[in-house]
Amino acid sequence: MTQTATTLIDRRDVDFLLHDVLALDALFGRERHAEHDRQTVAAMLDTAEKLAADHFLPHAAKLDAQEPTFDGEDVHIIPEVKAALDAYSAAGFMSAHADYDWGGMQLPHTVSMACSAFFSAANISTAGYPFLTRGAANVIAKFGTDEQKQAYLPNMLSGRWFGTMALTEPGAGSGLADLKTTAVPGDDGIYKVTGNKIFISAGEHGLSENIVHLVLARIKGAPAGVKGISLFIVPKILADGTRNDVRLAGLIHKMGYRGTTSTMLNFGEAGGATGYLVGEAHKGLTYMFHMMNEARVGVGLGAAVLGYAGYRTALDYARTRLQGRPPAAKDPNLPPVPIVEHADVKRMLLAAKSYAEGALALCLYGARLVDDSETAETPEARDRAFQLLDLLTPMIKSWPSQWALAANDLAIQVHGGYGYTREYPVERLYRDNRLNPIHEGTFGIQALDLLGRKVLADRGRALALLSEEMMATVRAAPPALAQEAAELTSAIGMVSETVAVLGRAAAGNQLEQALANAAVFLEMLGHVVVAWMWLRQATAAEAAIHAGSGTGSGPRAAFLDGKIRACRYFFRWELPRIGAQAILLQRLDQTCAEMPVESFG
Amino acid sequence: MKVLVPVKRVVDYNVKIRVKADNTGVDLANVKMSMNPFDEISVEEAIRLKEAGKATEVVVVSIGPAQAAETIRTALAMGADRGILIKTDEEVQPLAVAKLLKGVVDEEQPGLVIVGKQAIDDDSNQTGQMLSALLGWGQATFASKVVIGDGSAEVTREVDGGLETLSLKLPAIVTSDLRLNEPRYASLPNIMKAKKKPLAEKAPADYGVDIAPRLKTLKVEEPPKRSAGIKVPDVATLVEKLKTEAGVL
Ligand SMILES: Cc1cc2nc3c(=O)[nH]c(=O)nc-3n(C[C@H](O)[C@H](O)[C@H](O)COP(=O)(O)OP(=O)(O)OC[C@H]3O[C@@H](n4cnc5c(N)ncnc54)[C@H](O)[C@@H]3O)c2cc1C
Repeated sequence: MTQTATTLIDRRDVDFLLHDVLALDALFGRERHAEHDRQTVAAMLDTAEKLAADHFLPHAAKLDAQEPTFDGEDVHIIPEVKAALDAYSAAGFMSAHADYDWGGMQLPHTVSMACSAFFSAANISTAGYPFLTRGAANVIAKFGTDEQKQAYLPNMLSGRWFGTMALTEPGAGSGLADLKTTAVPGDDGIYKVTGNKIFISAGEHGLSENIVHLVLARIKGAPAGVKGISLFIVPKILADGTRNDVRLAGLIHKMGYRGTTSTMLNFGEAGGATGYLVGEAHKGLTYMFHMMNEARVGVGLGAAVLGYAGYRTALDYARTRLQGRPPAAKDPNLPPVPIVEHADVKRMLLAAKSYAEGALALCLYGARLVDDSETAETPEARDRAFQLLDLLTPMIKSWPSQWALAANDLAIQVHGGYGYTREYPVERLYRDNRLNPIHEGTFGIQALDLLGRKVLADRGRALALLSEEMMATVRAAPPALAQEAAELTSAIGMVSETVAVLGRAAAGNQLEQALANAAVFLEMLGHVVVAWMWLRQATAAEAAIHAGSGTGSGPRAAFLDGKIRACRYFFRWELPRIGAQAILLQRLDQTCAEMPVESFG
Repeated sequence: MKVLVPVKRVVDYNVKIRVKADNTGVDLANVKMSMNPFDEISVEEAIRLKEAGKATEVVVVSIGPAQAAETIRTALAMGADRGILIKTDEEVQPLAVAKLLKGVVDEEQPGLVIVGKQAIDDDSNQTGQMLSALLGWGQATFASKVVIGDGSAEVTREVDGGLETLSLKLPAIVTSDLRLNEPRYASLPNIMKAKKKPLAEKAPADYGVDIAPRLKTLKVEEPPKRSAGIKVPDVATLVEKLKTEAGVL
């Protein structure tokens, strides 16, 4: 069974989110984007959709089955990957978001994310390479010297050189404070980098002429902990054309995302890899994390669209697979019905729809905040957007990783036995998506970041902004959505109460107890935020219906009706979960935390 | 040499079309529309001729509603130089299209017109041929290769038995087939550049053409549903059934 272009991302949904929900038009009024308009954006999305269907989708299953190999000298990847990426760069996607000065198109992040949705849904492994390259280029653009920008940006943004982000070490995964890679300065201001990195995505391949590694390392004699970490550019090939002292120790064989090489890299086996300091010494982690906000929105988006692709594939399957009859049908001579008509299959599909489309809405909203944080009219508006984004980032990264993944799980279930076979794409989509709660900060680490740093340490200031935003949606909800609006109001109240209890505990010497169930808090606030996203979508759908689009029958009416029903589903079936979570959190339940290690057995 | 390429806005090839309940046509409300794929191939060919120095200008023309301007923009984003939109909300049948195109040809004096061999909505496969007759120009239909020489063109066409190569005097009409080339994507920088390219708007009356339909559509229906197959235990039964039930042997 192959996937067809129409079963991945519903273009109507992307257009609806961009225009009806996120008011993209407002961005065209800003100087940076003044040359863009609805038509150019539509044309760009057309190109993304087509290129993804023609060049990314066709080799997705093959790339999974024939993962990259290493013969001790070179890494071999099926040729379709390079062909796809060359077409991607030639069409201008690598640099779409960048400044005109760097050959970019100054496309709003919201639009470039929407374009990415098509590529990632079609083939997340191939899409991984440009994702990392753009991330690395953004760091250099933001914190590099003019000389560094000149040396790297044009080559990276044109797709001739790719990039990586090399943080993780065997002894330093979640705990980056313990990283050991060292950099020794020479008289010329150039550093010699030595150490071992693991899990570095796209760390070696022959897809580009050069690979620009952004490496976190400790300058010799630097203070311990995160305050002693610096950031270096370590290119695979040096400016004089010689090979830098970076060696591939081996490839890692994974459950999914198989086409993006995962590498173990040895720096400085032959005396030290040449590295160039980015920005100031000891500020490396801050630089990396600045970029991470954006990268994490990207990870969330990847998770969302993999779930989305699973959902669309399952929906297509359910419409054509004939099996069983309605419970009340007694006549065995009647033909079996398409399984989409069974109540339980509808239950699975509606859950998957609410997760996948809810997740996509959340990520595109996050991208809109990235835009606002950079280009909103006033400094206050930019700051507000930044604070909201900073607070939401753990949820944008984690909610899709958990719930769009649940959509992938349901997509397999909808396929029955066929879903468990490799002849159908849904098991691959699940395996691919299973990475997302792990990398770029695990679920647990995101939870601590959210509750510890962004809510408690912040004394709920950003959270108050978020509540204001959500209440604005409540007030704008039409009468038809009064019930949902009221439920969102009480959900917001429940979050405030919970935060108040946790805040008191933290202030009263119980910080550890308060943080013990951070993951539950992440789930809870995530569900509230996605309920908000659904209310926004349903409100926009109601408005579209009132404006005369999608009245009567036909595909447009069905599309809008589907939005309103998915919203209702989310409020009735999903949001109530937070009640149980609030109880656990407010009781400071320590059942897990107090479990003696020996008692696990 | 100027090359003229007509482009038509049609239902996207991915859309599963639905017949209107009253059987008067296909439901086009809120359906994704795109450039006719054969026209994309024509545009690509014209751009390649320009890149190869054989053509000096690529002009695209579309006949249809205001939204057909988007189709022209797509062609401009691929690399065409300017567009002409002959705006009408009426149904325009192949003969009227050919007459309007003749008007454009008279005005623009291209050395070559590359037309899609057919549009994927009504599959008429007539416009190029009619235009050739109206102009009295040579035509090469179903082209899979076009080589421009000095005042002439050598065109390889796909025919039933294989490939046929024709030599035509220019100006001429070529209709493009699927294997002529693989159209490029409208790159993002070119999409932006296309915004600034000229797009003239005309009306059928500007060419003095009466576009009133000459053909009447009686009824549009879904193709009959295929009925379920059956499994037969052996070849003998199969042959038997083909003889007695299907009556094909
Ligand atoms: C396919 C893939 C691609 C990757 N790509 C890159 C890349 O390009 N660049 C890069 O630098 N890294 C990359 N990584 C590494 C990734 O970011 C790490 O795997 C991740 O940060 C977790 O680190 P770890 O694997 O060492 O797990 P550990 O840190 O050992 O975590 C194990 C478990 O313990 C939990 N845990 C750890 N510490 C705490 C704590 N303080 N409190 C509560 N729970 C805790 C974690 O949540 C997790 O559940 C990639 C990983 C994979 C699998």
